[in-house]
Amino acid sequence: MAGIIEVRNLKKVYTTKDAEVEALQDINLSIQAGDIYGIIGMSGAGKSTLVRCLNFLERPTEGTVEIEGKDLSTLTDKELRKQRSQIAMIFQHFNLLMQKNVIDNICFPLVISGMTKKEARKKAEELLEIVGMTEKAKAYPSQLSGGQKQRVAIARALAVNPKILLCDEATSALDPQTTQSILALLKDINKRYGITIVIITHEMAVVREICSHVAIIGNGHLVEQGRVFDIFSHPKTKEAKELIVKGKGEGEVEPNLESNQRELMKGKSCIRIVFSENSSFEPVIANMVLKFGQPVNILKADTKNVEGIARGEMILGLPEEKEVQENMKAYLKERGLAVEEVDGYVD
Amino acid sequence: MWTEEVIWMIIEGIRDTLYMTLASTLFGYVLGLPMGITLAVTDKNGIKPNPIVYKILDVIANIVRSIPFLILLILLIPFTRFLVGKSYGSTATIVPLTIAAAPFIARMIESSLNEVDKGVIEAAQSMGAGTFTIIWKVLLVEARTSILVGATIATGTILGYSAMAGTVGGGGLGDIAIRYGYYRYQTDIMIVTVILLVVLVQIFQTIGMRLSNRLDKRKI
Repeated sequence: MAGIIEVRNLKKVYTTKDAEVEALQDINLSIQAGDIYGIIGMSGAGKSTLVRCLNFLERPTEGTVEIEGKDLSTLTDKELRKQRSQIAMIFQHFNLLMQKNVIDNICFPLVISGMTKKEARKKAEELLEIVGMTEKAKAYPSQLSGGQKQRVAIARALAVNPKILLCDEATSALDPQTTQSILALLKDINKRYGITIVIITHEMAVVREICSHVAIIGNGHLVEQGRVFDIFSHPKTKEAKELIVKGKGEGEVEPNLESNQRELMKGKSCIRIVFSENSSFEPVIANMVLKFGQPVNILKADTKNVEGIARGEMILGLPEEKEVQENMKAYLKERGLAVEEVDGYVD
Repeated sequence: MWTEEVIWMIIEGIRDTLYMTLASTLFGYVLGLPMGITLAVTDKNGIKPNPIVYKILDVIANIVRSIPFLILLILLIPFTRFLVGKSYGSTATIVPLTIAAAPFIARMIESSLNEVDKGVIEAAQSMGAGTFTIIWKVLLVEARTSILVGATIATGTILGYSAMAGTVGGGGLGDIAIRYGYYRYQTDIMIVTVILLVVLVQIFQTIGMRLSNRLDKRKI
């Protein structure tokens, strides 16, 4: 099924004085209407360039971007501006007009689209209510906190009834608590209005929290994509594993623990298991130990929010014998747990 | 010494100086504002880069700004005579003042507009705003306090230039200072006119800064 956003063979090359830099290569994406789609990668991986290609703020060097079946490269300047007005965008640094108050900021896209001042104001007031900022209508951006500014930016983005909302590191300048509240707001908007949301981030926690699908970008290439839960339970590529296993969210500090863990796992057979909802009812590990009469070493245990549901994650050190190891893995799989080897990429 | 005649002459000098300064600033902006906007917009990091247009305006601005004002004043005499009918007096002085001020103003507008946060411009582009919308509703609005500060500086500079025009019969306080203070050795009259010029600049500066501070919504 063709998605609301279809990216095919996209390539972006920047030409500088001395060299050509390939920012993006062979990008193929299909984003379905109503998805919350995460695009994650380290800084410099090209994710910001990619999101700007989705509304042609950056023109791809090769390949096509289709929004609702319309190839953006075939549009005239005027048509492109019209198309852009239906793809809203929010930013890391909010990008509000500093010299205009909250209500005028929200009116801005409406006035651009040709609405009268009076109508725009009415609409802006409704939007302020949605984002819970009614009492700040007359305030200027410099008087607001980061989270409040992002709420205003979201209201401004929603003003033109967009079908798509692009979020470029929208929570990266916010503290963890504020991030939570902004993510909750985005989720609510997605549910209530069916707006397709594309989230660019370097924080795995953000993707786990609200995205249904994720694409992982490394070095300008799309290395892995799929449902968040699938990638979380079975990461295939090095980049994905790095982001998931090592990838703590911002604020989830684990001092020294990682190097200790690495030390412990050296030369041993370790597996990472992920509990789904129903597998949490049974004391799986305890039963397994009883059944095989062999101890396992719990090296790490954690719960993480994936697609809004708490999922347990554990790293186990298995006994030496190969046969027992295989049997244990089979036992865990039978009980619906996602199992994979971790020794290969710990360091 | 301080006859009624002299006092009236000084009052007329103030009037002429204000007339020249304000009229030249106004006309300077009529020419300099579009020029400065065009410079900022066609810059290679602007919203509509155009190297040819930028280079042409850039060179013009540099040429005019590198000619000393006094020389420009003399060079422009035929042009001034053509426009105003004579080459002396305060109305005639407005012509070279405007020509000298326009590129200076254009540069200040350019730098004010370049200070506008690129992210805000990008946000406007992402909403589908066209070039003119961005100029009117983003650049000029966001840069307005900086533009006002620039206008304050421009007014002070033009006032100084207008006094220089006194050497070739330009009228105003500068004219009086040169005729009495320099040619007739009446130092007291010169000192009075200089003090008056200082006071005028001070007043313009204060009004300009107050206004721009009041308009700046970035300050809480």
